Amino acid sequence: MKASILALGFACLANMAAADTPVLTVLTYDSFVAEWGPGPAVEKAFEADCGCDLKFVPAGDGAALLSRVQMEGAASEADVVLGIDTSLTAAAKATGLFAPHGQTWANNLPVPYADADFVPYDWGWFAMVYDKTKVTTVPKSFGELAASDLRIVIQDPRSSTPGLGLLLWVKAAYGDKAKDVWTALADNIVTVTPGWSEAYGLFTEGEADMVLSYTTSPAYHLIAEQDDSKAAALFDEGHYMQVEVAGKLAATDQPELADKFLAFIGSDAFQSTIATTNWMYPAVTPKDGLPEGFDRFRPAKSLLLPADEAAAVRDAALAEWQAALSK
Amino acid sequence: MRGVAGVASVAAPAVALCVVLLTLGTALVVGAGAGRFWPQPADWAALRFTLVQAALSSALSCLLAVPVARGLARRRFAGRGALISLMGAPFLLPVIVAVLGLLAVFGRGGVVNDALALLGLPRLSIYGMHGVVLAHVFLNLPLATRMLLMGWQAIPAERFRLAASLGMPAPALFRHLEWPMLRAVLPGAAVVIFAICLASFAVALTLGGGPGATTVELAIYQALRFDYDPARAAALALIQFALGAGAVALGWAVLAAPAFGAGLGRRIDLLPPKGWRRVVDGLAISLAAGFLLLPLGAVVLRGLGGLGDLPAGLGMAVMRSVGVALASTAVTMAAALVLALAVARRAKGARAFDAVAVLPLAVSGLVLGTGLFLTLRPWVRAEDVALPVTVMVNALLSLPYAYRLLLPEARVLHADYDRLAASLGLSGVARLRWVTLPRLARPLGFGAGVAAALSMGDLGVITLFAGESGATLPLYVHRLMGAYRMEAAAGAALVLVAASFALFALFDGMGRRAAP
Amino acid sequence: MLHLDHLCLTEPGFSLGADWSVPKGARVAIIGPSGAGKSTLLNAIAGFVTPASGRILWEGADLAGKAPGERPLTILFQDQNLFPHLTVEQNLALGLSPRLKPTSAQLAQVADALRRTGLDGLGQRRPAQLSGGQAGRAALARALLRARPMLLLDEPFAALGPALKQEMLALVGEVAAETGATVMMVTHDPKDAQGFADLTVLVADGVAHPPQETTALFANPPQALRDYLG
Repeated sequence: MKASILALGFACLANMAAADTPVLTVLTYDSFVAEWGPGPAVEKAFEADCGCDLKFVPAGDGAALLSRVQMEGAASEADVVLGIDTSLTAAAKATGLFAPHGQTWANNLPVPYADADFVPYDWGWFAMVYDKTKVTTVPKSFGELAASDLRIVIQDPRSSTPGLGLLLWVKAAYGDKAKDVWTALADNIVTVTPGWSEAYGLFTEGEADMVLSYTTSPAYHLIAEQDDSKAAALFDEGHYMQVEVAGKLAATDQPELADKFLAFIGSDAFQSTIATTNWMYPAVTPKDGLPEGFDRFRPAKSLLLPADEAAAVRDAALAEWQAALSK
Repeated sequence: MRGVAGVASVAAPAVALCVVLLTLGTALVVGAGAGRFWPQPADWAALRFTLVQAALSSALSCLLAVPVARGLARRRFAGRGALISLMGAPFLLPVIVAVLGLLAVFGRGGVVNDALALLGLPRLSIYGMHGVVLAHVFLNLPLATRMLLMGWQAIPAERFRLAASLGMPAPALFRHLEWPMLRAVLPGAAVVIFAICLASFAVALTLGGGPGATTVELAIYQALRFDYDPARAAALALIQFALGAGAVALGWAVLAAPAFGAGLGRRIDLLPPKGWRRVVDGLAISLAAGFLLLPLGAVVLRGLGGLGDLPAGLGMAVMRSVGVALASTAVTMAAALVLALAVARRAKGARAFDAVAVLPLAVSGLVLGTGLFLTLRPWVRAEDVALPVTVMVNALLSLPYAYRLLLPEARVLHADYDRLAASLGLSGVARLRWVTLPRLARPLGFGAGVAAALSMGDLGVITLFAGESGATLPLYVHRLMGAYRMEAAAGAALVLVAASFALFALFDGMGRRAAP
Repeated sequence: MLHLDHLCLTEPGFSLGADWSVPKGARVAIIGPSGAGKSTLLNAIAGFVTPASGRILWEGADLAGKAPGERPLTILFQDQNLFPHLTVEQNLALGLSPRLKPTSAQLAQVADALRRTGLDGLGQRRPAQLSGGQAGRAALARALLRARPMLLLDEPFAALGPALKQEMLALVGEVAAETGATVMMVTHDPKDAQGFADLTVLVADGVAHPPQETTALFANPPQALRDYLG
C-alpha cells in the first residue's frame, strides 16, 4: 500500500519534470524514426545536452511530408520539418510556412548547395542498381540502357520521390530530348511501382535486372549483409542528386531550440549516424570518414536542377513521361 | 419484441448516421473551401482503366467461384475444412506481400515460367492488364467462393432431398435450387469485389506495367500527397464514390431475395452426383487450391528465412495490431448486426440502411483518412488518436463485408422464427442470447474473422496518424522494406499473415462450433 | 369472451370481415377454402396482422397495441413451432420464462408437462431428433405450460396421419380442459371440426361467418359450405 503511494508520488514528480522540459517536435518521414533508422541515435545525442525532449512525428513517406505540413498549416505543433527533398523545396517555400534558418555551417556536397530556408542533412546520387553476377554488360548511359534488352523497374514520379528524381535526371541530362529517351526506354521498363520499397522488392525477387535506387545501395548489402554482388551503373550523362533538407517552421513556439537542432544537424554527432542508418551520404563528411563501400561508385558528374527550375519543369516532364510510357 | 424493436429503432439510424458522416462527411471536409475542379484527360484515362480492370476482375472472380464453391459444397473429403479455411487466406494478405507471393509463381523467375522454359516454351510476362486481373482474382476469389459456399449451405438440405426424391436431373436442380441462390448471392459478391478493385492502387500500378495502368485511387494519392490539391482529390474521390455507388445500385436492381423457407436444421449429407461431374468438381477444387495455395506457400517460404532476423520492436507492433483488430471487430460486428436485423425486419428506413451499410465500399481510404485528419487536427494531436482512429476506420471499412454476410441469414431467421419468438414474448437481451446469436453464429463468426483479418492487414490510415512508436504490424513491414531489409520484411509479413489467419480461424471456428 | 368488433382485415387483393364473438371456453373450428383467410384471421388475433379497421377484444379489453407475446393466447403455427438449436426442454422452458432462466420449480413444471405429453426422457433432444408427432406434443406441452386463456391452432397437425392427428386433438382437448382455454382451430377437414369443435366458423367469400353449432351447420350446410365440401 505504502509502496504504491510512493510510486504514485514519483510518477507525479516525473510528470512535473516532463512538463517543465521544453519539447521540440520534428516532423519527418516514416523510415527516419524506425528503430533501425537515424531517429533513435539522433534523439539520444541531441537530448544529451539540449535540456529538452526531442520528439519525432512520422508522417508517411517523403512525398506525404509536405502535404502534412500544408494540411496542418500554421496550427502545426511541429517546430522543424526534416526530410523534404530538393525537387519539392520550391513547393515547400511557396507555402510561406518556413522561416530562414540562419545557419552558417558549411556542407560539402559535390555541387554547391545553399538555401535560405533549408539546410541539407544528407544526399545521394540516383543510379540503376544491378546484380554483378547476373548483368555482365553494364550500360554506360541511358542510350546504352535503352538499346540493351535489360529489364528495369522504376518508381512512379506521381507517388514517389525517387521516381520524381529520375524524371528530373532525364530532363536535366537531355532537356528537350527527354521525351525520346523515355520512348526508347519504354520497352525496358518492366513496371512502374508506387514507391521505392515495391521496386526494390521486385528487384531482389529477380523480376528485373536493374532498379532505380542510389549509388549507396550496394554499400548497404556490403556492410549489413556482407554481400558484394550488388553494384551501381555509372552513366556518362552524370547522375542526378537527391538532397534531403530540414527547415524551421515560422510558427514554431520553440525558435531557439529549433535553431539549436538545425545547428546540431551540421555537427559530427548527427552526421556520423547518417551513413549506416539512412544509407545516404552525410551533408558534412564525418571526421572518421565514410564507411567502406561509400567510395565505390562515385559518378564523375553530378546533376541537380535548382529548386525553382525543378518545380517549373515538373508538370511538362511528367506529361512527357506519361505519354511516352502509356503507349 | 418491442424491447428489441425499441432499442433497434434508435440503434439502426444512429449507426447509419455515423457511417454516412464518416464516409460522405470526410469527403466534404476534404473538398470544403476548395475551388472548382474539372477532371483532365489523364483522369478520364485513369477512370477508364479503373472501370475495365474492376469489371474484369469482379466478373472473373465470381464466375470462377461458382464451380469451386459447388464442388466444395457437395463433396466431402479429408482436409476439406482446412482447405476451405486456407483458401480464404489470400483475401487477408497485405497487398505487397500478396504481389510478391504471386510473382514467385507467375513472375519472371517463378514456377510457371520455369516450367514453360523446361518445355521449351516462351516465358510469359505477368505485367499488364492481365497481371492486374490475375492478382485481383487471386485476392478476391476466396471471398467470392466463401460467399457462394454459404449460399449453397443456406439452401435447406430438405430441398435437395425433395429434388432427389423427384428424380430431378442436374439441369432442373440447377434451375430450381441453385440458380435462384446464385441470382441472390452473385450480384452481391460481384458488387463487393468490383468496389474493392475500384480502390486498387498498389496492385494495379505494380503489376500494370506503366502509367497506362493508373487508377483513380493513384490520382487521388497524387493529388493529396504530392501536389496537396484537396479540390482535385475530393473531386476524384466523388467520381470514385459515384462509380462504387452506381455499382451497388446496379447490383440491387438484379438482386433477388431467395425464398427457400425453413428447413428443420437436420444435417443431411447431400448425395453428390457421380460420373464426369465428380471429375469436374475435383478439377475445380484442385485448380483453385493450387492457384491460391502456391503463392501462399511462397509467402511462407520467403518469410521463414527472415524469421531469424526480426527486430525487437516487432512484438509491440503485433500487440498493437491485434488490439486494434479486436476492437474494430467488436465495433464492426455490433454495427453490422444492428443494421442487418433492422433490414431483415423491414424496419422503417430499411432500404436506406441497406444502402448505407455498403457505402464504405465506395469510399477511398485516402480521402477518409485525410478528412478525419483535417477534422480532428484542430482538437487533438494526430498521434494521440492514432489507434482509436484506426479502430474506427478499420471498423468502417469492414462493415460492408460483415453486413453482407449477416443479411441473408438474418432474413431467414426473421422469416422462420420471428413470429414464434414474438408469440412467446421473447425479447431484448434474452432474444439476442437465445435466438439471434445462436442462429447467426456461423455468419457472425465468419464476419468477425474477416473483419479482424482485414483490420490486421490494413495500413491506409495509420500512416497519417501514427506517432513515433505507434506503428502497427503492416506499417512495420513497410518500414522494414523501406530500409532494404527485404528478408526481415518477409519474416514480419509471415508473422502478420499468421496472426491475421489465426484471428480469422479463431473467430470462424468459434462461429462454426457455436452454430446449431 | 373473444369479441371481433366490426373487424376488417385487408391485404393486397384480399379482404376479410368479421363481427361476432366466441364464448369463453368454447372450441371453435375455422373452416373454408384455402386462400379464404383462415390463417390471416388467426394471425390478426395473435397480433401478427394489424386490422384495417375494427377491434379485437378479450374480456372487453382491446388487444390493439399489445405485442404478440403479451396477448392472452398461445398460437401453434403450421411449422416452426420449436427452435431447432434449443433442446426440447429449453423450448418448453421458454413458455414459462421468455428470458430462458427457468427456476427449479419451473423446470419441475417442464418435466411434468413432458411426462404428461408422453415425452418423458426426451427433454435433452433437439427438435430434429423428434418425430412429427413428438414435435407436435412438445409444442402442445409448451401451450399447457403457458396456460393462456386462448389456444390458436393454425393447422399444426396437418402433416400427421389420421390416427396421430386424432391423438393430438385429444391432447388439445385435455390441455384446453385443464387450462380452461378457448380453442380456435383452423382446419380444412370437416371431420376435425365435427369431432372436436362445438362451434364452427365458415370463412368464405371475404367473410368470416358468425360461429354456429357444428352439428347444425353440417346438417344444413349453406351454399358456400356445400361448395367447399363438394
